[in-house]
Amino acid sequence: MAVVARVIVTPRRGILDPQGKAVQQSLHALGFGEVADARVGKYVELVLKDVVRDAAAARVRAMCEQLLANGVIEDFRIEFDEKQG
Amino acid sequence: MRWGVVVFPGSNDDRDALRVAERVLGDEAVPLWHKDRDLHGVDCVLLPGGFSYGDYLRCGAMARFAPVMESVAAHARAGGLVFGTCNGFQILCEAGLLPGALVRNRNLRFVCDVVTVRVETTDTPFTYGCRPGELLQLPVKHGEGCFVADEATLAALEANGQIVFRYVDRAGRATAEANPNGSLGNIAGVCNAGRNVVGLMPHPEHAVERLLGGDDGLKLFRSAPAWLGRDLATSRREPTVVPGP
Repeated sequence: MAVVARVIVTPRRGILDPQGKAVQQSLHALGFGEVADARVGKYVELVLKDVVRDAAAARVRAMCEQLLANGVIEDFRIEFDEKQG
Repeated sequence: MRWGVVVFPGSNDDRDALRVAERVLGDEAVPLWHKDRDLHGVDCVLLPGGFSYGDYLRCGAMARFAPVMESVAAHARAGGLVFGTCNGFQILCEAGLLPGALVRNRNLRFVCDVVTVRVETTDTPFTYGCRPGELLQLPVKHGEGCFVADEATLAALEANGQIVFRYVDRAGRATAEANPNGSLGNIAGVCNAGRNVVGLMPHPEHAVERLLGGDDGLKLFRSAPAWLGRDLATSRREPTVVPGP
């Protein structure tokens, strides 16, 4: 069974996010004054083959810790999609 | 003394670094290919500037996994000298050999300029030949040079004298205007707890000859052989740490 893991990496709270600030200011300039905060991160989609979801969760977490996110400056979260085939 | 300069795909200051060691200092220098685990007996590893692996994912994130980096980490753990400039500094942070991280410049602009840095401690292999508080003019060219770390890490860096360089104005004051990238505490360079690994965002390898605009960077390279040759019993100067901004 193939499993799709979606990894979302965001700047840690308290870490400067100049891109997020610039996006927020631009949205304000366009009249979207309700935007109280904006944070720009990364999205990584992984297709995992021949795995079961429970085992995959621990593996993807390890991938995040070792490569996909830098724990000094970033947080991550993982979502799963099960795909037949 | 024998220098090694790591060459990653996308390194672009490796030739300048080799030139400093070979042509300016008159030492032996060898390029260290990223796929080669052998450090060829070098005393000091230089990690040059550039855009290793295209800066994919994060600056330095991919370079950290190059085969040569296992040997560089072992060399560092054994007390060997390691000096990373610009992308080399980013790689050392990603590899966990230096604390903190380098993120997008606070104003989102690539900065290409000459800056002044103040030597905050002479107790490292690359500032050993400087005067405490000495001001150096060095080029910068980077988009991700904003040094960040959590408060506990910053406090530890201050307490241990691990902040090696700060961005300052011509009068030596660490002002916001003198900070080219928004680094916390105007930090331009740090060292590890063992003091043998140093990272610096500006480029000393581009400032080694007056003909090319200045030779302040040469002091950093000349410090390393002096540090290795120092006589611990008699001639080692007391480490000097300049208080924070």
